[in-house]
Amino acid sequence: MSVGVIDRGLIYLDHAATTPMRPEAIEAMQPFLADVYANPSGSHRFARDARRAIDEARDAVAAVIGCKPGEVIFNGGGTEGDNTAIFGAVRRIQATGGAATAVCSAAEHHAVLHCVEHLAPRGAGIVVGTDDGGCIATDELADVVRRLAAEGTVPVVSVMAVNNEVGSITPLDEVARVVRAGASNAILHTDAVQAACWLDLAPLTASVDVLSLSSHKFGGPKGCGVMFQRAGVEIEPLIFGGGQERDRRSGTHNVAGIVATAAALLATAAERATESARIAELRSELVSGLLAIGGVSATVPADRSVPGIAHLCIEGIENEALLFLLDEAGLCASAASACASGAMEPSHVLAAMGVPRELARGALRLSLGHTTRRSDVTSAVGIVGAAVARLRSHTRA
Amino acid sequence: MSGGVDSSVAAALMQREGHHVVGVTMRLWGGESDTGCCSVSDVDDARRVAQQLDIDHLVFNFSDDFQEKVVDPYVHAHATGVTPNPCIECNRSLKFSRLTERADTLGFDAVATGHHARLVRNTNGETRVHRGGDAAKDQSYVVHMLTGRELERTLFPVGDMTKAEVRALAAELGLRTATKPDSQDVCFIPTTGGRETFLGKRIPFHSGRVIDTEGHDVGRVDAVELVTIGQRRGIGLYKTEAKRFVVDIDTTSRTVVVGTESDLRRTGLALHSMVWAGGSPESGRYRVQCSAHGASLPCAVEVIDGDRVQVTLDQPHRRVAPGQSAVLYDESDAYVVAGGLVSAASAWPASVGATA
Repeated sequence: MSVGVIDRGLIYLDHAATTPMRPEAIEAMQPFLADVYANPSGSHRFARDARRAIDEARDAVAAVIGCKPGEVIFNGGGTEGDNTAIFGAVRRIQATGGAATAVCSAAEHHAVLHCVEHLAPRGAGIVVGTDDGGCIATDELADVVRRLAAEGTVPVVSVMAVNNEVGSITPLDEVARVVRAGASNAILHTDAVQAACWLDLAPLTASVDVLSLSSHKFGGPKGCGVMFQRAGVEIEPLIFGGGQERDRRSGTHNVAGIVATAAALLATAAERATESARIAELRSELVSGLLAIGGVSATVPADRSVPGIAHLCIEGIENEALLFLLDEAGLCASAASACASGAMEPSHVLAAMGVPRELARGALRLSLGHTTRRSDVTSAVGIVGAAVARLRSHTRA
Repeated sequence: MSGGVDSSVAAALMQREGHHVVGVTMRLWGGESDTGCCSVSDVDDARRVAQQLDIDHLVFNFSDDFQEKVVDPYVHAHATGVTPNPCIECNRSLKFSRLTERADTLGFDAVATGHHARLVRNTNGETRVHRGGDAAKDQSYVVHMLTGRELERTLFPVGDMTKAEVRALAAELGLRTATKPDSQDVCFIPTTGGRETFLGKRIPFHSGRVIDTEGHDVGRVDAVELVTIGQRRGIGLYKTEAKRFVVDIDTTSRTVVVGTESDLRRTGLALHSMVWAGGSPESGRYRVQCSAHGASLPCAVEVIDGDRVQVTLDQPHRRVAPGQSAVLYDESDAYVVAGGLVSAASAWPASVGATA
């Protein structure tokens, strides 16, 4: 058994941060790390072997996400996809003499939010609010899109399919209706990074113009990603060079990573229905166990979130201290996102949802995935319960 | 672990003694900074040292508390003509309060820091903060507020060492921080723009009259809030005469008083918010130190009440700005007896006769 977390005796409930690689992916990439090292852009037979592997991977990915192979771009991950979609779409419109404004919600992943905030001071970025589940406020979005359309500005809207912190699922079809109704020329992108394990991707793809995925969130390797770009939708590349990926993303192909991405996505898609049901049950056990501690609330109702994420707010504790105790007990969990120094930052998602800062200090995210077993959940409930009791007993009255 | 050499070596020494050591870096300042403090590269240094020592390293985000307990009071104090020492307030409210409470909660027995001060148990079995082994680097002044239970769970592993010894040990251990320069400035105030820009974004500035000690108008300043006691330059005098120093500031009437250096010299010093190492205030002869690396001065101290004392220096000395910390040491200048804040009470010119 080569899965490190089991060897270390750790309970890994941080799948939303990254998933352990699927054995299928590890196996698939091996030949391309060692034997088939050729550059797929070459013109010799050795290169053609590598090229074929990429073409097959592209077909496989296209089948899973429900698009044509030519609409699949292999890139360096979710952040790159998000940046390319937003900056690339805005720049293309501007390059052709038009005006464009990027729009997203305040609860987006920083890979989207920081792009829009970067454009905001130049008048080309608008951040809108969310509902109490962290999903974009569609009324406000509709207003913004209509207003931009009336000004002759093309809205470039980016809406996450699943929130990475609290797990809430955005009704993308409804978002798409609102956006299309407000501006027929709008470009709609979705960061579907947290959706890949839990949602059928084809309906998401059908709703949007651009979609971003990150391999390591579904059992693939880090540093690899997939972007769907609908045929006819024009986006400037972020990276120029040798013209790989039909000039949409230059740079020598990461052949092993691409092959592993396809293998992981195929395996994920094949098991999605059974895994979703299994994990939903485990999450339900986990959440009821944690609610029994008392002073604990589930941030998003189960029916509005993906099975893999249990997000809770625990009263009377600080999650920085909690995470230390969980770590000591061998439970890998997370709270909000960490800044560059590694310090926990107050969650922008919870702030957008209107969760009071004091309660948000006690936020805890436990995220489950393909390696999660019932014993992990049972142990986690005990570990969190003991840690919370200890922290609460030390809190000054 | 700030990412500096002293805390790096402190961690190494604790580990050498066989303790289970976890390195902690506090993230304090959430805003812009170019002084290097709280910077990602400092945290990187701390983490790399921890990795080298094979100890865990954590970053605790106390930026909310830092804002509330250190930055906001610092800013608001300036609006009233009081200039606190933010490093001391940080030690008081964050390092030896918030952090030690967190450590306590998480089951740690002690918090060790890289301060150059020594903790010595006296014949009564009580621990006192003594000056560090390196007189030039002594930091007992900035940790003077530690008393009682706090002292029992605080450790200063490098307190006996000279800075040169600390650096030599760091080099011997191959720690990347061995030759890193000491930090100097207030961590949250950018070196570009400085205090003026920092405060200007946070409090309104008011222009004010500049008068001499007889009450004659002699100039104007743009921002009374930026003037400090003892200042010589930039005080907007109409004509330059003999050396003039700021000897008093009244932000309420927006008046700055200038005078000669001898006008600035006082023997009287009123202190409030006193913290006594032994718990009970005691009048007597001490030495008083009014800045981090200033000399201590012999003085007589009269206790007014549990919170306040009146200090009389043996020799007149330049007036100390209200809000600064004054630390009393024993007569032999070895250890901290008490500490407090300089009061704004001795307003010019009413108390001239009494204190000059």
